[in-house]
Amino acid sequence: MAQTGAVGDKIFRSILLIAAASILLIVAAIFYMMVQNSIPTLERFGFGFLIGSEWKPAQEGFGALPFIYGTVVSSIIALVLAVPVSLGIAIFLVEQAPQKIARPIAFMVELLAAIPSVVYGLWGIFVLAPFIRNYLGVFLKDYFGWISLFQGRLTGIGMLTAGIILAIMIMPIITAVVRDVLEAVPSTQREAALALGATKWETTSIVLGNAVSGIAGAVVLGLGRAIGETMAVTMVIGNSPQISASLFEPANTIASLLAANFAEATDRIYLSALIEIGLVLFLVTFVVNALAKLLILSVTRDTSGGRPA
Amino acid sequence: MSDFDLMTNTGSSVHRKRRIVNAVMTALTAACAVFATAVLLIIIFYITVQGFSSLSLGFLTDTPKPVGEGGGIGNAIVGSAMMTALAVLLGLPVGIAAGVYLAEYGKNWFGNTVRFVADTLTGIPSIIIGIFIYTLVVVPMGRQSGLAGGLALSVIMLPIVARTTEEMIKLVPNSMREGALALGAPQWRVSWNIVLPAAASGIATGAMLAIARITGETAPLLFTALNSRFYNFFYDQPMSSLTVQIYNYATGPFEVEHAMAWAATLILVGLILVINILVRFLTRKKF
Repeated sequence: MAQTGAVGDKIFRSILLIAAASILLIVAAIFYMMVQNSIPTLERFGFGFLIGSEWKPAQEGFGALPFIYGTVVSSIIALVLAVPVSLGIAIFLVEQAPQKIARPIAFMVELLAAIPSVVYGLWGIFVLAPFIRNYLGVFLKDYFGWISLFQGRLTGIGMLTAGIILAIMIMPIITAVVRDVLEAVPSTQREAALALGATKWETTSIVLGNAVSGIAGAVVLGLGRAIGETMAVTMVIGNSPQISASLFEPANTIASLLAANFAEATDRIYLSALIEIGLVLFLVTFVVNALAKLLILSVTRDTSGGRPA
Repeated sequence: MSDFDLMTNTGSSVHRKRRIVNAVMTALTAACAVFATAVLLIIIFYITVQGFSSLSLGFLTDTPKPVGEGGGIGNAIVGSAMMTALAVLLGLPVGIAAGVYLAEYGKNWFGNTVRFVADTLTGIPSIIIGIFIYTLVVVPMGRQSGLAGGLALSVIMLPIVARTTEEMIKLVPNSMREGALALGAPQWRVSWNIVLPAAASGIATGAMLAIARITGETAPLLFTALNSRFYNFFYDQPMSSLTVQIYNYATGPFEVEHAMAWAATLILVGLILVINILVRFLTRKKF
């Protein structure tokens, strides 16, 4: 009996170990396959690939800069818009609203995260883009047209629309993490502040101060999602490999370049260029997500007082 | 209440200012919450109104046709179902096994590494998974296929299932494990016959959420499963999916196509929301 138990334990544990190891194996394989398949351009262009601004596949001109620029700028727009709103929602849900109101609202914000990217893209093309073309963009042009960001032709398809869609998409993710982080702050801190006569908001700002690295983690996590978000951006950004000072102009991101062009890339060097730029995206999102995870752990592990993470 | 007392006792301008700041910030945070719910409702409103206007029984069973001759998403529904089924078949058992490992044996450097990498893998853009499967499966096979699409979805599902399974198994009280071990059961029997059944419903809801997530994935299918205009029941051929079909219809030049994109979206989002609400309802009863 004990014998079969010991053998069974070994077999069972080995199976589980292989399953767990498969996750490590997959990530290693992703890295290996992408490096392997981007060797032609790695050898031919070296680091010049990352700083070249010409993207002309037909003439074998491959510079990734327009896509890096588009990814960075659209992500910045998304963060600038989404972070304050997400913080507001999380504070409202954790610090202010009674349970009866907080629960359904929290659920609805979670549902925003469940809507597929391609659906945001569809909505972006037919609802958000016309709104920006006819109202928001016109407003920005009229009042802030002296800034080069808000000059140029207004079609509704471009960097600004992509940034706004991204903001909506990362908002529920940032909100969820900030909620967890705020809930991990011990309630004794709130009680102490309230007992000293602080107002509700003053109490909240103390709580925020103590959760700051976790909030930073939430923002970094949102950044990671914004960088990698693909379908919705592809559908509203206009897919044009240019670097323009205007947010109204079409642009392109790394992820949307891949989505729109990978299937038609038939010759070896073009495919290699796309995979290399995908490799850049993989490495950047991997590092950003790892950083976010470390920041969030630093808060939720120290103060929760429950099970070790 | 405390602010009120301070106000009436002193009435100084400092306290008034503090109270005003408090009120303004409360209103602002509430406005943020209202904004988020409004966005959700607006999106669902558009999908419902636009979707229903071009939904019909024929649309659900037909295949895509040249513009002007109608057409539908029947093959896309079948394709999505087949690729999701393949992903579940591969991703679910491996994911659950990995989750059991993390929960029961994972308190060491290896477990911590797997946990960390699984979380990072969840955050990697799904289009990267598409490229990975393209180089691994599509290139050697020489063509796009439902197999490649299903594999890509299973890679996306794996870390999600692993982590939710781990969380659910950690909720099983230690006394149950100890009781079984004290009765002489070997460790694997404890995990298989006691812990897993106790965590089963939690694992199932986690799996449902993972299925909802991969049903909505588009990017990893674009160049692995590609698309097909016909009903296809074979995994070695290019396969259509709801999401890729929505993308093609939405970016097409014709009004009719846009209408079909909205109708297909209604089906897709309806399914995903139903799963999410169902999971919510099931878990609320338990905890």
